[in-house]
Amino acid sequence: MSATRKRKPIATGSDWNFSMLERFDAELARLADEYRLDSYPNQIEVITTEQMMDAYASVGMPVGYHHWSFGKQFLAVEGAYKRGQMGLAYELVINSDPCIAYLMEENTLMMQVLVMAHACYGHNSFFKGNYLFRTWTDASSIVDYLVFARKYIAQCEERHGVQAVEQLLDACHALQNYGVDRYKRPSPISAEEESKRQDEREAYLQTQVNMLWRTIPESPAGISPLPGSLHSDDDPLGLHSGGLYPSEPQENLLYFIEKNAPLLAPWQREIVRIVRKLAQYFYPQRQTQVMNEGWACFWHYTLMNRLYDDGNVDEGLMLEFLQSHAAVINQPAFDSPHFSGINPYALGFAIFMDIKRICEAPTDEDREWFPDIAGTPWRETLEFAMRNFKDESFIQQFLSPKVMRDHKLFLVVDDDQVETLEVAAIHNEQGYRQVREALATQYALSVREPNIQVVEAAIRGDRSLTLHHVQDSRRPLGRTVYPVIRHLQQLWGFPVHLISMEEGRVTRRFHWPVEDENSVS
Amino acid sequence: MTYFIDRRPNAKHKSAVNRQRFLERYRKHIKRSVEEAVNRRSITDMERGEKISIPAKDISEPVFQHGPGGARNIVSPGNKEFVAGDKIRRPSGQGGGSGAGEGGASNQGEGTDEFAFTLSREEFLEFVFDGLELPHLQRKPLKSLEEVKMVRAGLSRDGVPSRISITRSMREAYARRIAMRAPIKRALKEAQEALEAEERKDSVLRNPTRIIELQAEIERLEKRIAGVPFIDTYDLRYHQLSAQPQPSNQAVMFCVMDVSGSMTQNHKDIAKRFFLLLYLFLEKHYEKVELVFVRHHTAAREVSEEEFFYSRETGGTIVSSALNLVNTIIEKRYPVGQWNLYVAQASDGDNWDDDSNICRDLLIKQLMPQLQYYAYVEITPHDHQSLWHEYESVVKQFPERFAMRQIVEAGDIYPVFRELFKRRLSQSS
Repeated sequence: MSATRKRKPIATGSDWNFSMLERFDAELARLADEYRLDSYPNQIEVITTEQMMDAYASVGMPVGYHHWSFGKQFLAVEGAYKRGQMGLAYELVINSDPCIAYLMEENTLMMQVLVMAHACYGHNSFFKGNYLFRTWTDASSIVDYLVFARKYIAQCEERHGVQAVEQLLDACHALQNYGVDRYKRPSPISAEEESKRQDEREAYLQTQVNMLWRTIPESPAGISPLPGSLHSDDDPLGLHSGGLYPSEPQENLLYFIEKNAPLLAPWQREIVRIVRKLAQYFYPQRQTQVMNEGWACFWHYTLMNRLYDDGNVDEGLMLEFLQSHAAVINQPAFDSPHFSGINPYALGFAIFMDIKRICEAPTDEDREWFPDIAGTPWRETLEFAMRNFKDESFIQQFLSPKVMRDHKLFLVVDDDQVETLEVAAIHNEQGYRQVREALATQYALSVREPNIQVVEAAIRGDRSLTLHHVQDSRRPLGRTVYPVIRHLQQLWGFPVHLISMEEGRVTRRFHWPVEDENSVS
Repeated sequence: MTYFIDRRPNAKHKSAVNRQRFLERYRKHIKRSVEEAVNRRSITDMERGEKISIPAKDISEPVFQHGPGGARNIVSPGNKEFVAGDKIRRPSGQGGGSGAGEGGASNQGEGTDEFAFTLSREEFLEFVFDGLELPHLQRKPLKSLEEVKMVRAGLSRDGVPSRISITRSMREAYARRIAMRAPIKRALKEAQEALEAEERKDSVLRNPTRIIELQAEIERLEKRIAGVPFIDTYDLRYHQLSAQPQPSNQAVMFCVMDVSGSMTQNHKDIAKRFFLLLYLFLEKHYEKVELVFVRHHTAAREVSEEEFFYSRETGGTIVSSALNLVNTIIEKRYPVGQWNLYVAQASDGDNWDDDSNICRDLLIKQLMPQLQYYAYVEITPHDHQSLWHEYESVVKQFPERFAMRQIVEAGDIYPVFRELFKRRLSQSS
């Protein structure tokens, strides 16, 4: 920061106005350009506290359909805010094109500049660059789609009653984490096409379902009977020889429901689809928390320092910034009363800063651990890291021994069959890899959420739906399983069986409606 | 490229619909809390919101998640003394016990047992009068008893010394002093000038007689100036008071309730709603509303609100005892000219047979002429008894100001109230 001051600060003090913001934005845009940050155009909206609480309540969606759960969210936020238990986030940013960012009017000038650097250039370029967002979301159409969804659901409420729609949404929300395609790219959503093709699709969907559930069984040509699927003694006419349906386990429960649930009306399928599409839209965000925040923090830190070096902000504003920045990336220790898990801002920021360090001033340790990136141009390396990973693989790739040492990370194994917890590894030579592996796994959605798949719909039998929960490390399903399979049963319309399996052994069965057998086990 | 948009003027309350949906969905829970609050609160304390708690499990949105148990790896920051292989005693309390149980896995706070939020005042009243359709309460000019109030009305020349306006009197005096001194001062000046002219003359030409004359003249004039009084009775001004008719802006509401054995707590709760409604209504119209609680069985007593609603007594019923007491209280504390008087009575209709016609006479002859309004509710699903029939004849005499209704459940309260409200409306228009 010893660069010669050549210019006067753009503005000083804590009050701001629009022309100041515009001048700061122009300067930030110039710097972002210099750093070759590729981002969507920005749409910066200045809002009040209350509007911020509204935005919170609808998970940041600029338009949302109506549902009581958003009201609950609002009450919770409002209550906590009024009691002074929480401050509102200073910003909220939406993955859309143009990228919408909210600034609260109460923010000081420093805060507005920080938010612009963080959201409008940090998050924005992440949304545009990261492969998950590129693959799974269509930023240009999301706002239109939200408008479409809101209108459609409002229409359904008029036609079928608020309560019917609410119950359906309750059920869909319970399953929305299981409404995403994890491996194949979904077709992009487009509001226009959605509504245009909606009628067509309703009709088409219904015929598909009708095909599936027609009452006269007929062995579909092309599907050969599974070997030994059923003994011919039980089924001499081969009526059940069509094999299992679906032929492969399905992990996208809402998709399966939308296409196959026998009794849903077309509008109900459409609503299932809407919830599923929105879940898909938020899916990348759930997988890139550390990266996304780390990236945004890295850039607000870099850009703010550049503003200062170029003489565009004064010391007062810079000190205020540093204090705020330190609070954001603060990581309390596990035994601190303030501890609430690993702070994604802190971890992400530390990793990105460390990548830059490894590029610019690698130590011997870095050369050993990161031969590919040590000494390379930092900007390209950072871009590569941002574009091609999600939290899980990003940590696995880039968490360096130095960051582990700085954060004093350690691994504890909590096994309910052992009386004590065991410290399995700490931040030392023997432990680095194990700690890193474990932390990466901790961020894997497949480990965070139970692995549940549809394995069979008894289309030739009692129409019941069977799901498997692939259990891992003896971690059972939580108590919420019954309310959730009750929702699933409401959507499916026939009995639902959920079987927990570990290493091929059945560990527990759940049924809805509850069967007697269950009360025994 | 960047666009700035100022959204602040946009509509607030974007979440209002969702909030309503939430309240609607948990109506039962909220109603229970509101009812508890109504029973707990004083009648005069309804004009604020209420904190509502709902068990978190009742409003949770379930998703598949891992339960406690099994083996899991947890990475935490801030290691100080642990080395690999250390065994740590399991912290007591399952689930998230290690403090790192949630890890980075979830940023949603869990584990609070209650979901608490605050109802606004409007929402609270809506729940209080659920099903009663609270009318749009407005400040309406009510016909009020005339009271004379003395107000300052300018100044006058006479009055009592205590009402002297000092500033105005002094101003008058000052003006008078200037006016009275001016001609004398002018004459004095002339005399002085003449004297000076005389004295400036050569000693041969001086007229000594003239000088003595002038000196005497000056002395006389100076005396006259000093003689002008500083203040005169003529200057005094008094604040004038004039009598102006003044609508009384205070009201007293008598809550009269039968607490004999036949009135159950349920009856009393219904009665409380009724009293509350009337109170809220009066509060909109008057600056000051006082409450007097009179309860009775065979004898009447003025009590506190707490005692009024929640203490139990048994015994027979003599309604006239309460009416007599109300009358006495009015005479003693609430002179008719200054107070708008309202009486609300709730009972289950029981009364000693001989007493009912006493009540009727008491009302017609003594109470009704003084009262603004008398509302009687009979909380009973049964047939009417003598009290009702006697009251009917009161209605005949005072159809404008006496209302009676039978109430079986809380929902019936409103019509009684609407009657009062409607009548006032038509009268004022």
